[in-house]
Amino acid sequence: MVTAAAAADRREQALWQVLETVMDPEIPVLSVVDLGIIRHVRETGPAAVEVGVSPTYSGCPATEVIRADVERALRADGFQQVVVRDVLSPPWTSDWISERGREKLRRYGIAPPEKAVSSPSGLRARAPVACPRCGSEQTERISEFGSTPCKAHYRCTACAEPFDHFKCI
Amino acid sequence: MQSERAGSGGSPGSGSAGGSADGRDAIERCRYILRLADTSLVLGQRLGEWVGHAPALEEDLGLANISLDLIGQARLLLTHAGEVEGAGRDEDQLAFLRDGSDYCNLTLAEQPNGDFGRTIVRQFLIDAWQLEIYEWLQQSKDTRLAEVAAKALKETRYHLRYSAEWLIRLGDGTEESQRRVQQALDELWPFTQELFVADALDEDMAASGIASPLAQLQPRWSARIDEVLREATLQRPADTDYPWHGKRGQHGEHLGYLLAEMQHMQRAYPGAKW
Repeated sequence: MVTAAAAADRREQALWQVLETVMDPEIPVLSVVDLGIIRHVRETGPAAVEVGVSPTYSGCPATEVIRADVERALRADGFQQVVVRDVLSPPWTSDWISERGREKLRRYGIAPPEKAVSSPSGLRARAPVACPRCGSEQTERISEFGSTPCKAHYRCTACAEPFDHFKCI
Repeated sequence: MQSERAGSGGSPGSGSAGGSADGRDAIERCRYILRLADTSLVLGQRLGEWVGHAPALEEDLGLANISLDLIGQARLLLTHAGEVEGAGRDEDQLAFLRDGSDYCNLTLAEQPNGDFGRTIVRQFLIDAWQLEIYEWLQQSKDTRLAEVAAKALKETRYHLRYSAEWLIRLGDGTEESQRRVQQALDELWPFTQELFVADALDEDMAASGIASPLAQLQPRWSARIDEVLREATLQRPADTDYPWHGKRGQHGEHLGYLLAEMQHMQRAYPGAKW
């Protein structure tokens, strides 16, 4: 039994490795695993697998592309039946982006989200956002909304570079 | 065109859901969820009209992003409404094949954009309403509705932050910007009566634990509105009677034009896929 469980573990590890190769279409350095949107993945039968995926934002157009990419990657790995399930609860939070994912974002020029989720009482409170290029906290927000739903637009007043900030939700 | 009979339970066209007490409950609950869905969808469509026309690129992106969130929320809600109804209608059929009299959005949501200030006033009033509604709905006995609300709430928080910040900037801005947003507020305020006046459906939903008693949410909404208006140096208009009942399907002329544009493709080419 122990060896059967160990083999199942190994198989699940292999599935996570496949998902590591599926990149966010808008932020191509970040895998869907780094992003923290894969809620579960399990074999459900011979050559059959189920993946639970959470949307980041309700209206994010990348969600459908991600679902299709996840399915394609698992089919390419030999699974004939792939079910991608939409998991809404508990809702995705930017806190689920992995440490590695945060570092990748920073190197890509996007300031990663802070770790605390915004509360309704702190509606207009804002934590300082460090510039991903020079590290200065002398930054200002240009717009709460950027090129994708998950990003806000900032400018560093120390090194004068504009940059994206992955919003904290 | 299909026969559209949402809310008229028990008709031959409405599938197996009609007739029994459970069926009537389902149709009522569907109708309630459509009120939330349609408010988000219609407001999202309105904001989409700004794309390419906003006063600055940042606001163009901002309004487009809020629009996307609202349409995303509407899709989740419409899908759920269709499942609750049990007559086989999906999100697309509900969005594109219902006529105006079957739309149950708040009348405020369909009001035309006007200038940027008027759009911000409308947005602020509805954001503050959605914040209270979604916060309460997290404990709804309809567990799927609770899940959708928990997701939507996160987005509503920063929608409200955006609209409140702009309202303060415009209200406490120049003489001209203040004059314009005050006028917009005066004109739109009468529509806010509909936000918290419960009709029989609202009361039924509250009694069965699906939705909040609306009157219970009003003081929190009102306090938040007052706080922002004070900072924006704007005057809160007096409450008036309201003859608008968008949530019951009685709309002004504006909704028809909006739906004509939004539904044109599906009406002209039924079943067409992207």
